[in-house]
Amino acid sequence: MLESILLTVITAATPLIFAAIGELVAERSGVLNLGVEGMMAMGAVAGFAAAHVTGNPMIGVLAAIVAGVVMAALFGIVTLVFVANQVASGLALTLFGLGLSGLIGDSFVGIPGVSVPSLNIPGLTDLPIVGRVIFGLDPLTYLAIALTIGVSWFLFRTRGGLVLRAVGDSHGSAHTLGYDVIRVRFLAVLFGGACAGVGGAYLSLVYTPQWTEAMTAGRGWIALALVVFGTWLPLRVFIGAIVFGGVSILQLHAQAFGIGIPSQFLSALPYLTTIVVLVIISRNRVLVSTNTPAALGQSFVPDR
Amino acid sequence: MKKVLSAAVAVIALAAGMSAAEAADKLKACWVYVGPHNDGGYSEGHDKGRLYAQEKLGDKIETTYVENVAEGPDAERAIERLARSGCKIIFTTSFGFMDPTIKVAAKFPDVKFEHATGFKTAPNVGTYNSRFYEGRYIQGQIAAKQSKAGVAGYIVSFPIPEVVMGIDAFMLGAQSVNPDFKVKIIWVNSWFDPAKEADAAKALFDQGVDIITQHTDSPAPLQIAQERGLHGFGQAHDMIQFAPKAQYTAIVDTWGPYYEKRINAVLDGTWKPEQSWDGLKDGIMQMAPYTNLPDDVVAMAKKTQADIESGALHPFKGPIVKQDGTEVIPAGQNLDDGTLLGLNWYVKGIDDKLPQ
Repeated sequence: MLESILLTVITAATPLIFAAIGELVAERSGVLNLGVEGMMAMGAVAGFAAAHVTGNPMIGVLAAIVAGVVMAALFGIVTLVFVANQVASGLALTLFGLGLSGLIGDSFVGIPGVSVPSLNIPGLTDLPIVGRVIFGLDPLTYLAIALTIGVSWFLFRTRGGLVLRAVGDSHGSAHTLGYDVIRVRFLAVLFGGACAGVGGAYLSLVYTPQWTEAMTAGRGWIALALVVFGTWLPLRVFIGAIVFGGVSILQLHAQAFGIGIPSQFLSALPYLTTIVVLVIISRNRVLVSTNTPAALGQSFVPDR
Repeated sequence: MKKVLSAAVAVIALAAGMSAAEAADKLKACWVYVGPHNDGGYSEGHDKGRLYAQEKLGDKIETTYVENVAEGPDAERAIERLARSGCKIIFTTSFGFMDPTIKVAAKFPDVKFEHATGFKTAPNVGTYNSRFYEGRYIQGQIAAKQSKAGVAGYIVSFPIPEVVMGIDAFMLGAQSVNPDFKVKIIWVNSWFDPAKEADAAKALFDQGVDIITQHTDSPAPLQIAQERGLHGFGQAHDMIQFAPKAQYTAIVDTWGPYYEKRINAVLDGTWKPEQSWDGLKDGIMQMAPYTNLPDDVVAMAKKTQADIESGALHPFKGPIVKQDGTEVIPAGQNLDDGTLLGLNWYVKGIDDKLPQ
């Protein structure tokens, strides 16, 4: 049972990890994209449709990446090239994505999906308790872990990451130094879109292999909150997603056990716990202010 | 978020409504859905009813709907927009639309309103509902016959009478087969969240139940049942294509004929507010084919269904004892509709504490 609970927790956390890590990169470059929910929905429908048509879930994942990138590109053009307000454009992107995904997905409703097979290494996967948790996950979950480590490494250990953070902290200075602020931000936004797309595809291909309108059910917003409460650090965002997933699942178990705590309170518990945990681990004010991208949400217009 | 979305949809509906109203003098019938019109479950059931009415009444009416409307104050705006846009009859299809419907109806005395699954009426507000509990009683019997663990899992949305009634009926059905039958209940506080419903199903299976049923709208729990080689029941819709090996049967909502009847009543001016509550015998709900079951269980289910349809069996027949041991009605009586519609207690044998 423990193994099964752990697996469920990991499944619940994975879409959040994808969406949140992607958004983290965009925000680190100084762009606040509130369209995560819309990009996820588009990823979910594109992933489902492509997997259904081709029968290959991996093509579905690729389609989801393309869908997320296209959505993000739209946002990038509007906010970075035409310098529209990021908050309003992000909200519009969410509405647009939810609506458009419903339209595209209309003919895919009520069809069972193609699911992504989990890893199976004879011998290792059969180990008690840890076997399936370590060696028996679906490939996308391994990708989410790799993504977290990779992004962390990129942001803090590479020159490219340094440039990206510089652009997010002070676009004026970065521009003066000769970096192409718009280009860096555009790429970061596209990366965020690709990740959100995969997060959405995870829902429609692994979590619940089906497509229904609005199936993201607010996960894009939770991902956005995780980025802020995780103080723009990939590892903390990862922990936040696991805590959120974990408490969501445990409260369901608590209910099934019949422990007599009101279910409304239990339903609120994942949100409360995640906030409390992330506030505690990020209580160092100085560190928080250094990690907050100073130019977050500010538009950049080069002088010449 | 849903606020903005539903407002946006309502604005579009309003614009569309105006141009159409100018074009022709058709009766405009409108629907408000709590989920997407194609959720593969509850809201889709209503939408199929809308399409049925549209097909049957053809040129005489035009129909429109607003989907994804959050329950509560938000709904008021969506319903009001429809009323303003020229809808002559508005069907509000979720329990949480009850108070908003009553409020808007007071402002638009010329518009007829019909609210599904609620209990408040007004001179221009009728209610309609389906006796879902009849199907749940049958499901309870099947679960008690089929469960090796002697315990079923029940995924539920909100503690409203409609839902509590379903749990009680399921349990009464199960107890009629196995008096010691148990049920584990999980409230997910949402009508529609496939991932959360799937998580709840996993939690229940992990805790040893081998059959699940649900009062939430997506086929996700059944998919989990299928994945685990266990079983469950479809909700509002025949969900067999999602779980060909897992679904025993499903309660299938069939609202179409009712909608046709009520819109016709508006057309010929005979509409009066009613509290319509039809069941299996009227065809407003049907049981999906009994599948993945041994013959004797299918025979039992069919017999129960026939008895309910003929009136020989009332799922809430006495004696009915509350969770705390107090007897509500003695043997020989059936629970009256008024009590049923306001049901807010569990029958004996359920261990869960009902959220208040």
